[in-house]
Amino acid sequence: MADQVLDAKGLNCPLPILKAKKALKSLEGGQTLEIQSTDPGSVADFAAFCRTTGNELVEQSDTDGVWTYLIKKAG
Amino acid sequence: MSSPDTNTMSIIVTKGSLDWAYPPFILGTTAAAMGLEVTMFFTFYGLNLLMKDLSLQVSSLGNPAMKMPMMGMHMGMPNIVSAIPGVDAAASKMMKNLMKKKGIAPIEDLRELAVEADVRMIACQMTMDMFEYGTEDMIEPLEIGGAATYIEVATQSHINLFI
Repeated sequence: MADQVLDAKGLNCPLPILKAKKALKSLEGGQTLEIQSTDPGSVADFAAFCRTTGNELVEQSDTDGVWTYLIKKAG
Repeated sequence: MSSPDTNTMSIIVTKGSLDWAYPPFILGTTAAAMGLEVTMFFTFYGLNLLMKDLSLQVSSLGNPAMKMPMMGMHMGMPNIVSAIPGVDAAASKMMKNLMKKKGIAPIEDLRELAVEADVRMIACQMTMDMFEYGTEDMIEPLEIGGAATYIEVATQSHINLFI
């Protein structure tokens, strides 16, 4: 279970990233955030976001057009 | 002169129409979310994006690449039609509706996110004078500066964009 869940479904670039960043701000290092997105561009974007910011993309899955990402905040 | 910090970006914002408002604010807010220090320098028509009350419009005039999805296809607008009064307003409304439908943030929201993310915004003094704009009509916090102010920022930025 993630420490926080962000429903970003229906939102387009760059809102899923901006909202994820905001949500991560409220977490402690090591805590996790789950993001649900319907934006196909979010696949490449969350990978790039995590590589650049040092937060860890722990897992991602894709069910019925909804992408789910689990991000662990950098400690 | 100090060397550029890899976590800094500057954007010169020169355009003030609905469509061209997006690239600078999308990149500015996203860069800030990715940990970069961002400065936006607004000049000429870009100053329009700093107004408290935004009434952004798009123009299809002289824009042959603007083709909106309509009635199952993509339709462009001949210049002679674009020139008719009210057509730009209608096209702007149509684009705003499309954006809403697709979950794209209004510029007002992106701009607010940029302010929240401490994006540094500088308005160009010379073009403020030329267009007789006053800071009282513009959002805060806002700095006023000129070419040298921007160049100083640029020398310290890893990424410098002109939009």
